[in-house]
Amino acid sequence: MIPQQNESVVGIDIGSRSIELVVLDSGGPVRQVKVPTTFDPLGQCRKLMEWTGGMRVVATGYGRKLFAESFRLEKVSAITEIQAYALGTRYLHPEAKIVLDIGGQDTKVISLSDTGKVVKFEMNDRCAAGTGKFLEFMATALQVPLEEFGGFALGSDRRVQISSMCTVFAESEATSLMARGERPENIAMGLHAAIVQRTAAMLRRVGISTPLVFAGGVAHNLCVRQLLEEELRQPVIVPENPDMVGALGAALYGRNLDRSET
Amino acid sequence: MKLEILKHFEDIGERFLLDISELDGTDTKVAGIYCLFAPTELVRAAGAIPVSLCGKREKPIADAEETLPPNLCPLIKSSYGYAVTNTCPFFAESDFLIGETTCDGKKKMYEFLGRIKPLHLMHLPYSTTEPHAISFWRDEILRLGRFLEESTGQKIDRDHLRFQIRIHNRIRKLLERIARFQAAEHAPLSGLTMMTVMESKSFFVYPEKYLDMLGEFIAEMESVAASGFSPFEPDAPRVLLTGCPLGKGSEKVLRIIEESGGAVVCMENCTGVKGLDLLVDEEEKDPFLALARRYLQIPCSCTTPNIGRINLLDRLISQYRIDAVVDLTWHCCHTYNIESRVVGDFVEGREVPFLHVETNYSTSDVEQLRTRIEAFLEMAGCRSNVRFANSRLN
Repeated sequence: MIPQQNESVVGIDIGSRSIELVVLDSGGPVRQVKVPTTFDPLGQCRKLMEWTGGMRVVATGYGRKLFAESFRLEKVSAITEIQAYALGTRYLHPEAKIVLDIGGQDTKVISLSDTGKVVKFEMNDRCAAGTGKFLEFMATALQVPLEEFGGFALGSDRRVQISSMCTVFAESEATSLMARGERPENIAMGLHAAIVQRTAAMLRRVGISTPLVFAGGVAHNLCVRQLLEEELRQPVIVPENPDMVGALGAALYGRNLDRSET
Repeated sequence: MKLEILKHFEDIGERFLLDISELDGTDTKVAGIYCLFAPTELVRAAGAIPVSLCGKREKPIADAEETLPPNLCPLIKSSYGYAVTNTCPFFAESDFLIGETTCDGKKKMYEFLGRIKPLHLMHLPYSTTEPHAISFWRDEILRLGRFLEESTGQKIDRDHLRFQIRIHNRIRKLLERIARFQAAEHAPLSGLTMMTVMESKSFFVYPEKYLDMLGEFIAEMESVAASGFSPFEPDAPRVLLTGCPLGKGSEKVLRIIEESGGAVVCMENCTGVKGLDLLVDEEEKDPFLALARRYLQIPCSCTTPNIGRINLLDRLISQYRIDAVVDLTWHCCHTYNIESRVVGDFVEGREVPFLHVETNYSTSDVEQLRTRIEAFLEMAGCRSNVRFANSRLN
């Protein structure tokens, strides 16, 4: 049981694949938890919320509305992931000018002003092509654990061209490459390169600037990070806990609500 | 606040069908039209009643895809789907159809539609300003006139045409006045309600009665406006919605904007104010030339270049004191999708936030759209949270 502190606020990011929770007190984040979303996101949230009684909670991610409606807490609000990632990134890297977030089912590029305000953003449409979901499917197809998929791809000796970004088409493309005897590492590299190309195009639409912060679950993937740096010819900053940035941003938003009320 | 008179607008489709059924057994013909380019004055002058058949719902699309390719815009598929399944009462009432070559998808779809009912296709020039474009379009209007005369058995009388031109100009002026109520600081109607009001323009049998209805509505609106009532929060960002047409059944983006706290005070599209400011010259001796000139000024993305749309947007952004522009385009609508970049560059050049949304009639992306639109409205700076980001938090 965590001692209840009045100044503590909770940020919860209910994504398509995982739920992250950050508890923030006056000194900064004091607790960070990540659980899978499962088929029962509310049940998962309920477990996470057991010891946060009385604290202000700010929800973000796809489940934000469901959360705010289901947990009729006294102090609950919801913000979009774009706002949350902007706030979280600003806190961790105040110098950041552009944020790339690749999550379970979407990719977002957010450009920040000198004062950290969202100036412009892009987000993929309904299709989860080129997101964490895509990597997960492809890792499964190549029978590599998702966490090791980036490292696996870096073991390639040549890059094969994968032109499809659709999960279903890319899988057939990978299958025909396998049938031609291509090494799975090379296919994995091709899949990673396809994601990076698509992401770079989105970054260019918003306008590439530096420093660039790469957050969201896919930022754990070493191969995506490396290819992105090569493609953009600039360093990419990855926060220590890249998937916590949204929950952190939500908590920071909550803290400012608290402050503006007192 | 709920105005009694709004019911007349909500029920206008049923009213139309009732009025039409009373004309059964007479020679009155119904002309199904698909677009703002159809010169309805001419249709009326030939004694026919125009009605819009533009498909706005997802439902008949699956049936349309038995014939048409899936990667076609939903508006074309929905329009064709209604026809081929015979599930649209307005299509059923139509004696013949009038189409225009506004895009490749539509013009090829009309080949199939022509198998179901007699269809007259008007050929549009791509340029709207070249002198030969005007004379070509005038010829097309004359050609439509001959088709109408044959179909209705009624000669088009020039004086009657001039009378219809005056009536239609009056309708446009009244609709424009209604739209303009939203320019006030307290916009008295939601965007969704205004959409219902504007949609009525394609569904009336008797123009004079319709004019009366619009006049009554304006009188009621004046008292609402005077009371300062608005369905929106006082600090709601004022949104201009531009792009492809939308209507009942395909209003999801409009709905999400308003559910996310935005106030859609103006729609620059065929179902909104596009064309309301374009009147037919009543003084021109040649009414066909006057029609040609007016209709070719419609700022549709199917023309090139489409400067008129930028000029219109420029004016609307000022008139309606717009805080943010959303460009809604349907999947595979090439001309509007490509033009979105032109519009975006212009709008951002005026330092107004701009969002392009490309989607279709299905509801599968509603939550993704909600995130994008909410974030866009947050960014538009009209919520107080922006200031939090201005200082390093800690």
